[in-house]
Parts: sequence; C-alpha cells; structure tokens
Amino acid sequence: MLLISCPNCGERSEGEFTYGGPVQAPRPNPLETSDEDWVDYLTTVPNPLGPVQEYWWHAAGCGRWLSLWRDTRTHDIVEPPHGL
Amino acid sequence: MKQRYSVFSLVRNAFSSHENWSKAWRSPPLKPAYDVIIIGAGGHGLATAYYLAREFGITNVAVLEKGWLGGGNIARNTVTIRSNYMRDESIPFYVKSVEMFEGLTRELNFNMMHSKRSMIDVVQTYGRLRELRRRQLAMDIHGATYQQITTQELRRRIPALTGGGANARLPIIGGMVHTDAAVNRHDAVAWGYARGADSHGVEIHQQTEVTALIRGGDGAIAGVETNRGTIRAKQVVVAVSGHTTTLTETAGLRLPLRTMNLTAFVSEPVKPLIDVIVNCPDSGFYLSQSDKGEMVIGGAPDRGQSFRRDIKQHVFEDSVSMMLSLFPAFKKLKLMRQWGGHLDIAHDSSPIMSLTDVAGLIVTAGWWGGYKAIPAGGLTLAHLVAKGTPHPLMAAFTLNRFKSLDYVMESGTTTAR
Ligand SMILES: Cc1cc2nc3c(=O)[nH]c(=O)nc-3n(C[C@H](O)[C@H](O)[C@H](O)COP(=O)(O)OP(=O)(O)OC[C@H]3O[C@@H](n4cnc5c(N)ncnc54)[C@H](O)[C@@H]3O)c2cc1C
Ligand SMILES: [Zn+2]
Repeated sequence: MLLISCPNCGERSEGEFTYGGPVQAPRPNPLETSDEDWVDYLTTVPNPLGPVQEYWWHAAGCGRWLSLWRDTRTHDIVEPPHGL
Repeated sequence: MKQRYSVFSLVRNAFSSHENWSKAWRSPPLKPAYDVIIIGAGGHGLATAYYLAREFGITNVAVLEKGWLGGGNIARNTVTIRSNYMRDESIPFYVKSVEMFEGLTRELNFNMMHSKRSMIDVVQTYGRLRELRRRQLAMDIHGATYQQITTQELRRRIPALTGGGANARLPIIGGMVHTDAAVNRHDAVAWGYARGADSHGVEIHQQTEVTALIRGGDGAIAGVETNRGTIRAKQVVVAVSGHTTTLTETAGLRLPLRTMNLTAFVSEPVKPLIDVIVNCPDSGFYLSQSDKGEMVIGGAPDRGQSFRRDIKQHVFEDSVSMMLSLFPAFKKLKLMRQWGGHLDIAHDSSPIMSLTDVAGLIVTAGWWGGYKAIPAGGLTLAHLVAKGTPHPLMAAFTLNRFKSLDYVMESGTTTAR
C-alpha cells in the first residue's frame, strides 16, 4: 500500500486517492501547432521505465489535486530526477 | 526430422523411461545477420515466426528472447479466450483467432488442452447491461455468440454463486453468455509454436536481450544491439508486450502506449465446482477453474503505469473482497500463488500492428487481452512482414489511425470497473 502525502491532510493511504494520469507538456494551441504535435499531445504520454510524474486526486479526503514522482519499476514514490 | 507426438510415440518412449525424446527446438549458433529479427519469444513473436515460415516461406528468421522462451506474459495470463468485443473492426479478428485456437492442437501436433466452455458475464448494474446488450447486437452481425440470460438461469449454471442477492450493494440483475469462450494451456501454446517455427528452420535464441535498435545512414532499421553483440536485419519486429516503448524510443520513435500491471492469483485445487468462465465486470474480477482444480482469478489493472511484475496488495485485497461478496463460500479457499504481468495499452485500448516511421521496423503492441489474439495475431503480422501491407483483418489497427484521429475505441477489452 502506498502512503501518499497530501499537502492538506498529511500521509494517507493510496485507497483514498484517484489516479489522474501522467503529467504532460502543456496543451498546445491547436490552431497554431502542427498536426503532428497535436496528435502527439492527444495520444502519447510519457511511459518511462523509471520515475514518472503523475497527478493524484484526494477524492475520498479533502478533494485536493497533487502531483508526485513514482518509479514505474517499484511503485515507490521517489524524489524528482535531478534538475526537475 | 521432427518427431510426431502420438499414442505410439508415447508408448515407444515409455520403454526407454522417456529418456530418448528428441529436443522440441534447437539451440543453433547466433549468426551476424538474418532476413528478419523478431524481438520477444512470447506468443505473438513465436506465432509470427511460425506463420512467416509456413505461410510465406520466410525462414532466415531469428527470434531473440531476453529470458526464456514463453516466460513472459504468456506464462502469466489467465488463458481466457473469447471474441465478445464491441467494434466492427475487432470482432472478426477475434472470431478468427478463437477459431484458429480450436484447430491448434491438430495443426501443431501439440496438445493445447483446449477446453471450450462458455463465459458468463454477471451483470450488476443497468448501465453495464445496456453496454453488453449493445455488444450482443454488434456481435450478431459478425456471427459471434452472445446472449442474455435471466438471473435464475445464471444461478442455475453457477451454483457456487450465492452472493449478489436482492439486498446486496450490487445485486445481480442478469447475465450474458458467450458460448465461444475457451481456456487452454498457455505453455503449450508457446512451446507448440516454438517447435513448429523451429521445424521450419526459424532460430530461437534465448538469453539474448535486445538493448537498442540500430538505424542505418538512410534512417531505416539496420539491426539490433544485444548482450551477445550486434545482429543485422533489414526487417525488425518488436513483439515484447509491455516493453515496446522502452525499445522503440532507442530508435527515436514515440508510441501512444502506456504500460500497465495486471494481476492474477490461484487457489488450492478443489473438486470440480465451476465449469464456465465467470466474468464479473461490475465487481472487477473474473475466474475459472483449471483442469487441476485451482480457481484461477484475475483482478483489475493497477492504477498508474507500471513495469512491476508482482501484485499490489491494494488491488489484490480489492479483488478478493469483491469475489467474496459474490462467492462467500470461497473464504475457505487457500490462495496459493499471486503474480502480475505488464501490458502496454494504446490510447484507444485497441492493438497496434503496424509499419512505423522507421522503415523496416514493425511493431505489434497494445495487446491488453492479447493471449486470445496469438494465433490470428501471428498470422496477420506474418502477412504484414511478408507483403508490406496489413492483413485485411488488421487494416484498421495501424498507427495511421492516430494520425487521422480515427481511433478504434474498444470497450470490449476491459474487465476493469
Ligand atoms: C495477469 C494477466 C492476466 C491476463 N489474462 C488474459 C486473458 O485471460 N486472456 C487474454 O487474452 N490475455 C490475457 N492477458 C494478456 C496476455 O497475457 C498478453 O496480452 C499476451 O501474453 C502478450 O503477448 P505475448 O504473449 O507475445 O507477450 P510475452 O509473453 O510477454 O512476450 C514478450 C517477450 O518479449 C521478451 N522481451 C521483452 N523485452 C525484450 C528485449 N529487450 N529483448 C528480448 N526480449 C525481450 C519478454 O521476456 C517476453 O518473453 C493477461 C495478462 C496478465 C498479465
Ligand atoms: Zn487531502
């Protein structure tokens, strides 16, 4: 069981949270971006073998959204990779 | 020459204490180049190699496997074979695959222990009932079998299902029966295809991990880097279930896939109790009883991407408690083993079988219920490699669908809530 640290409520069990997907680059303006980049934004998310940044929602708690880094090989919550 | 398995060969070998069976596949030396390299000796890689040789006469082929043959997800799945999908593009493909499975024992001369038994969906919400009725109408068009039954009929056919009564949080409101569904022996599928491919001259190299894809000066694929050195080929097929992006990114290719962990567990063997596959989509688990008598139980996928191969306690507890709400007597069962495996899931939950922007590089991925797809998946991928154009059954599943935003959203893949 993961313990997720909510900025509001402190450490809470993963079961109280809803997963919100990996954090992506900001949404481009579809009128200004190339078709290729637009498709990439719509369909392709980071899928690293290692740390990934993702959103979680404290749905059964205070309702706050937060983001964390998790290692996809172990499921452990980890420090952001160097430089981030 | 490849020996044939039969009653006679069994008797003959019994006289020499079963010590003289010939090897099912060879271990030849690794060559520096092949016509085609297939990465991954799972079901899809091995079936593709077999059909490449048998249907298209392409035999200068190496299948490279980082671990041991058939040790990946094909060894970790719950062997549910079915064709109750939702989309006009999907159903004919899965109908074909289920049909091919039925003839596989004979074709490969290898006992798949194929056991056709209905799958019964236990429906507990009206939204789900509507969705499955819609699936029924879609399947009617393509000749797959899917029919609604009453709660009484459902309970008659699954006597062990005593929960889900009128006062339950999720009472059972009806069921759907898919008579084409089956289970079989997953190891036999890997071993049978390996033996078949090998006997046509294909080489299978275990303990050979591909670490990177190599592109030539023209940008086209030139071969692969492995722990045993560089191997060249003008065509490289990625069939690595779950690890697809890890590999394609070494060639600068990003794909709309995310890797998820899916879990399963088995109980101790008990007397015959359940003779269908029971699928409980509203509760998020499914089960069948193996020939040995174990209950084989599958849960929902983990939340978030994962390359872990073990089970998450949280997901496990969730599946068990949902199972006990429908099968209260199962609380006496001892659970013996639990495990997970990783699958890559495409943006629209449909498989990807496609040429790529890198000439000569071909991927088969997104098989998030891909065990049932192995025979037709291998046949259609062999067609793509040999002819350079998609097989008609797979034409809708190329990467072009993302470029044209023409997704094949598939709700029929998921048992998850
Ligand atoms: C718990 C669970 C239950 C499931 N239940 C069902 C089910 O009931 N019905 C169904 O249809 N599907 C089911 N599936 C899905 C099914 O198992 C997979 O879709 C299917 O097995 C994947 O295809 P494969 O057999 O070719 O993959 P695999 O058997 O995983 O083959 C890929 C191979 O590639 C190798 N490999 C990876 N990277 C490299 C590398 N860099 N170099 C060399 N080799 C490499 C791996 O070691 C592996 O052997 C389930 C999956 C899981 C995890
Ligand atoms: Zn909170």
